[in-house]
Amino acid sequence: MLDFIIQQPIIAALVALAGLGILFGALLGFAAEKFKIEGDPVIDQIDELLPQTQCGQCGFPGCRPYAESIADGDEINKCPPGGQSTINAIASLLDVPAPELDQEHGQEAEVKSVAYIREDECIGCTKCIQACPVDAILGAAKLMHTVIVDECTGCDLCVEPCPVDCIDMIPVETGIKQWQWPAPPLPNGLIATDKTHSDSNHEDAA
Amino acid sequence: MRQTWVTPGGVHPPENKEQSLTQPIGSLPIPEKLVIPLGQHIGAPAIACVKVGDKVLKGQKIADPAGTVSAAIHAPTSGTITAVEARPVAHSSGMNALCVEITSDGEDQWVDKSGISDFEHTSPSALLSIITEAGIAGMGGAGFPASVKLNPGFQRPIDTLIINATECEPYITADDALIRERAQGIIEGIGILSHILGNPNDILIGIEDNKPEAIEALTPHIQDTGINLVSFPTKYPSGGEKQLIYILTGKELPSGQIPADIGMVCVNIGTTFAIKQAVVEGEPLIARVTTVTGEACEVNRNYDVLIGTPIAHVLKHNKFNSQRCSRVIMGGPMMGFSLTSKQIPIVKTTNCILAPSVEEIPHNEPAQPCIRCGMCAEACPASLLPQQLLWYSQAKDHERLQSHNLFDCIECGACSYVCPSNIPLVQHYRSSKSDIKKAQEEKVKSDQARERFEFRQQRIELAEKEREAKRAARREAAKQAKATTGTDSMADIVAAAQARTAAKKTSPEQELAKLERAVSSAEMRVQKAQDKLDTATAGSETEEKINILSAALSGAQQKLEKAKARLAEHSK
Repeated sequence: MLDFIIQQPIIAALVALAGLGILFGALLGFAAEKFKIEGDPVIDQIDELLPQTQCGQCGFPGCRPYAESIADGDEINKCPPGGQSTINAIASLLDVPAPELDQEHGQEAEVKSVAYIREDECIGCTKCIQACPVDAILGAAKLMHTVIVDECTGCDLCVEPCPVDCIDMIPVETGIKQWQWPAPPLPNGLIATDKTHSDSNHEDAA
Repeated sequence: MRQTWVTPGGVHPPENKEQSLTQPIGSLPIPEKLVIPLGQHIGAPAIACVKVGDKVLKGQKIADPAGTVSAAIHAPTSGTITAVEARPVAHSSGMNALCVEITSDGEDQWVDKSGISDFEHTSPSALLSIITEAGIAGMGGAGFPASVKLNPGFQRPIDTLIINATECEPYITADDALIRERAQGIIEGIGILSHILGNPNDILIGIEDNKPEAIEALTPHIQDTGINLVSFPTKYPSGGEKQLIYILTGKELPSGQIPADIGMVCVNIGTTFAIKQAVVEGEPLIARVTTVTGEACEVNRNYDVLIGTPIAHVLKHNKFNSQRCSRVIMGGPMMGFSLTSKQIPIVKTTNCILAPSVEEIPHNEPAQPCIRCGMCAEACPASLLPQQLLWYSQAKDHERLQSHNLFDCIECGACSYVCPSNIPLVQHYRSSKSDIKKAQEEKVKSDQARERFEFRQQRIELAEKEREAKRAARREAAKQAKATTGTDSMADIVAAAQARTAAKKTSPEQELAKLERAVSSAEMRVQKAQDKLDTATAGSETEEKINILSAALSGAQQKLEKAKARLAEHSK
């Protein structure tokens, strides 16, 4: 063995290299099979960021199909319920510049709204139940339906199929519990004394 | 002298405490109308159990706690309920919330009350239910329901009880005044707390060294009680729960844990007194000591104020000069908030009403860019990096904010206080905190929606598959039927149809019985027709009628003939 290596160094090196190549190739092949990832993980990550209203305003039947389409290179600004914050989040995930929301698909709602059924007008046709993507409407044929408000995503897909127009989208009430501290204005680079006291903010004593 | 530890950071703002301590705790006349908010504590707002027009007595319960983390609310004086509606309340948002309005009858008549004189012989759970019923919430500022805090459960034995008498914020002297005048009651309250918590090894009262009179008042009462009075150098903010625990014990409360997790309970000294009042006197929490101070008030002092007293009423009795006043602040100058209306009532957590003049606390200068001086980091008592947090807060980078422990920020305002660029740092953090909380809530909701959506998709798919399977089965059956009948020529089809009719045919016995029945019924009909004709001819009926009847008879006879013929044919 040693004699062969000394006498035929080049062949020995080639053999050794080829052997290593085969060994690592086998290892990699084995690892690729063993640790194979099912599906595309990017789709899951994008789907996590989408608001899951399943409203279809993006033109896809639900959030996951849109996530799949984004992974295939679709625009990321087609989701009005998610708004700019979702666009920013997806942009930072995919490392692409964040565009503005595409107005073609709708506008970002300032206040979230949920569906309410005017119950005495409901005829019990179950059309809205079939339209609801998250099973948030309760009822049966010829019996009154009602919306489970906590489960409603506000997609408004139930409004259009209703034959008696008894579904309203009502903005969610915001009380003291939902109140959020407003962000203070960013420093605008003015010289402090240029500003009068009247327009300085009266919020907090510091 | 017990060892104390020194917290990082902190600031030394002018204390301004002496002006409100020149007089003893005073009392105010009962206001004509009291407005009692239903949400004065952390947790769910209480649920009103009175309605408009009800007469209530002082100390009568007007709202039940909603769930465990909530507190009952009682009428501060006797009178009539005149409204249950949304009113402006003490909240940084300036929003309205549900309140009960009582119009006082001026008699201030107590409901029947009874206290417990020997709490040592009462079970801790009975004492806890008294505290729950009395609606006691932390009076230091946060308003956490006391009965929840005092019930940490078996898994968390308590070995240290800490009484917070720090009162580190400038201007506020409510606890100081309370200790000076009611030390006896406070010590009794500590006894009750200790009994409830199973007599912890260590009972510590933490107090800053700027309250020598209070220390002097407490000292004689703690002789031979095992209570340690620990005074430490004054620094803002030593009164934060985490900070005080570190100062007194040297232990750091891990991020995201509560003191009970490391065997401690920390209670404000005002709460201690309120618990004594509830247990010993049977008086629920309907009044508290509040400091009224600031240059815009001529009189600066502490008052026993009924919960629900409008701020305007308090200020009126302090010779308030609205011209001099820049704004009315609830709480201290560091952590308090400006009030939008003077009709806002005093609540359980109101330790101070500050009405400063413009010179005393000027309006905030506009913020300038950060110069990265690092003074905020030096001032931070929680050892955070305020500057980093500011960048991430402006960039709305929630992930980095959380990894930089934004939620350990106690919002003390020390960073904003030292900032040479007047950046309202705490406001940025508060805003980011509420943003993150909202995002987390939305995440939970969207996960739920995804789950429901996916479940629905699955269900629809399954139903479709089932239908498809049924269709396939039918197709298969049709194919098999074809295979068994072989070629389907016209003759075959006719033969198959004939076979079907043959199968449908009744047996000969049944057929015979049927024909016999037909014959007998036909005979009967002939008989009946004959009878009718006989009676008609016997009587004096018209010709016409007799003709009709004889025709009917002959018809029946024909039918009988036919039936007989068929029977004969069948019998052949």
